[in-house]
Amino acid sequence: MKARAAALGELLAGDRSADRIVPPTGFTARLTSFTAGAMAFLAVFALALSIASGRLAERWSAALAQTATIRISAPPEQMAAQTAKVLDILKATPGVASARALSDDEQKKLLEPWFGPDLPLDALPVPRLIDVRETGDGFDADGLKNRLAAEAPGAVLDDHTRWRRPLVAAADRLRLLGLVSILLIGGATAAMITLAANAALSANAQVIRVLRLIGARDAYIARAFVRRFTLRALAGAAAGTVAGMAAVALLPATDEAGGFLTGLGFQGLGWLWPLLIPPLAAIVSFAATRAAAFHTLRRLT
Amino acid sequence: MIEFQNVAYNYGGGELLTDISLRLPPGSFHFLTGPSGAGKSTFLKLCYGELHPTAGRVTIDAHDMRSLSRDDVAAMRRRIGVVHQDCQFLDHLPLAENVALPLTASGRDAAGADLDDLLGWVGLKPLASHLPPSLSGGERQRAALARAVIMSPDVILADEPTGNLDWEMSVRLLTLLMELNKMGKTILIATHDMNLIRTAKSQVPARVLRIRDRRLQLAGSDL
Ligand SMILES: Nc1ncnc2c1ncn2[C@@H]1O[C@H](COP(=O)(O)OP(=O)(O)O)[C@@H](O)[C@H]1O
Ligand SMILES: [Mg+2]
Repeated sequence: MKARAAALGELLAGDRSADRIVPPTGFTARLTSFTAGAMAFLAVFALALSIASGRLAERWSAALAQTATIRISAPPEQMAAQTAKVLDILKATPGVASARALSDDEQKKLLEPWFGPDLPLDALPVPRLIDVRETGDGFDADGLKNRLAAEAPGAVLDDHTRWRRPLVAAADRLRLLGLVSILLIGGATAAMITLAANAALSANAQVIRVLRLIGARDAYIARAFVRRFTLRALAGAAAGTVAGMAAVALLPATDEAGGFLTGLGFQGLGWLWPLLIPPLAAIVSFAATRAAAFHTLRRLT
Repeated sequence: MIEFQNVAYNYGGGELLTDISLRLPPGSFHFLTGPSGAGKSTFLKLCYGELHPTAGRVTIDAHDMRSLSRDDVAAMRRRIGVVHQDCQFLDHLPLAENVALPLTASGRDAAGADLDDLLGWVGLKPLASHLPPSLSGGERQRAALARAVIMSPDVILADEPTGNLDWEMSVRLLTLLMELNKMGKTILIATHDMNLIRTAKSQVPARVLRIRDRRLQLAGSDL
């Protein structure tokens, strides 16, 4: 590892004479730049997707307000008893932080937008609402439903935010897929650069043979190839990253209703993430070319 | 010092060289002769480790060639100058850079007076910036000699170094090699040019080895 880091340092320091020992490798070099550029462009989007879905998952799970409502519909004479019963049950349910029956005034306020201010609440069979706050882990909804059904038949647990859970799971999965895409892009880049490097190495088999015969060390010969491909990949990836970031920045802005789409861009310091792509591409290219070069060299005496 | 101990070699067909034992003491001057296809080039390749014997062993300073690490092999080749039969240049680099290649490849500065002197010594100064493919066979062989000696190696192996040269130029190249021998270098020249060998023998105490029937013999007065 240390040797490899030293090799990387030497590589960046540069050596013009070592550059010249390998004849220009026009096509494979351009292929490397293009591949690295295209892959970096894709990586920017995968990164944006991953970061955005991560943000979404966080926002949605926070919005999964840790609340639930229990609605009690019962004949007026049983209402008070059932309400008391439900509150008792809730007190004994693990995962319930607090529970509170809404007062008549509060209920009136909730209904006002639909029925107007003059609603005679006590004359109507309006259900009683109980506001439940969960602890961090939440309660066992099915268990609670069963107990309520058994002991307070008029009570219905309205678990109104639970429908969002699959969405949070989907956003989490999307983030994972984004990260997997980035890994795949890195692997594909390594594979393509290995192919290009192998093509360059076999096109220059005679050069390598001569260098070996006159006493050049493997590291010296490899460096000439590695340097060329690493710099090409770095330049290509930088261009691709800039293009990708520009494309993300220029995504048409939508208002809040746009939801997911609005979230696709980078925010604040998030713009620094894609800047990691070019150096990573250079490291991938360095490792791939170096492995290919040493593999070729070991076949020579 | 290079030493062969009961060395045999074959390329996969029949045995080409059999039971060869030989020492090349420091400062010695040897010719290696034999008909075309006898195995002269093969013998030289065994000397600098491009090939490994199929039996026996080749040692350099008592180290088995086979046991050297790859970097040790590289270092060893910098101490053995080789004039290859087919010269082996990098065709995209000018002559001067080709001659200086062993220096640049070992991380040393190749510029300067020494390179100029060396090119002058082999009469190639005016061609320094030419590419190898544009040179004549004789010019290439002189350039190959210049490259072989630029690291000032202890041993110089030359494979048919006068193959493409006229007599005058052959003698000049032989003279260069004899000068190097007087400076203490070990010289081994593979050639089938008997006139060249006779000319050399009249000036230096050279030994003549001959490959015959897959074996190495010391040639006597029957040259
Ligand atoms: N790489 C090789 N593979 C197979 N046979 C070879 C190879 N190189 C040389 N030979 C054969 O080995 C024999 C000796 O070759 P070489 O050492 O070049 O002879 P010389 O230099 O004395 O002319 C020849 O018959 C040649 O065809
Ligand atoms: Mg030969």
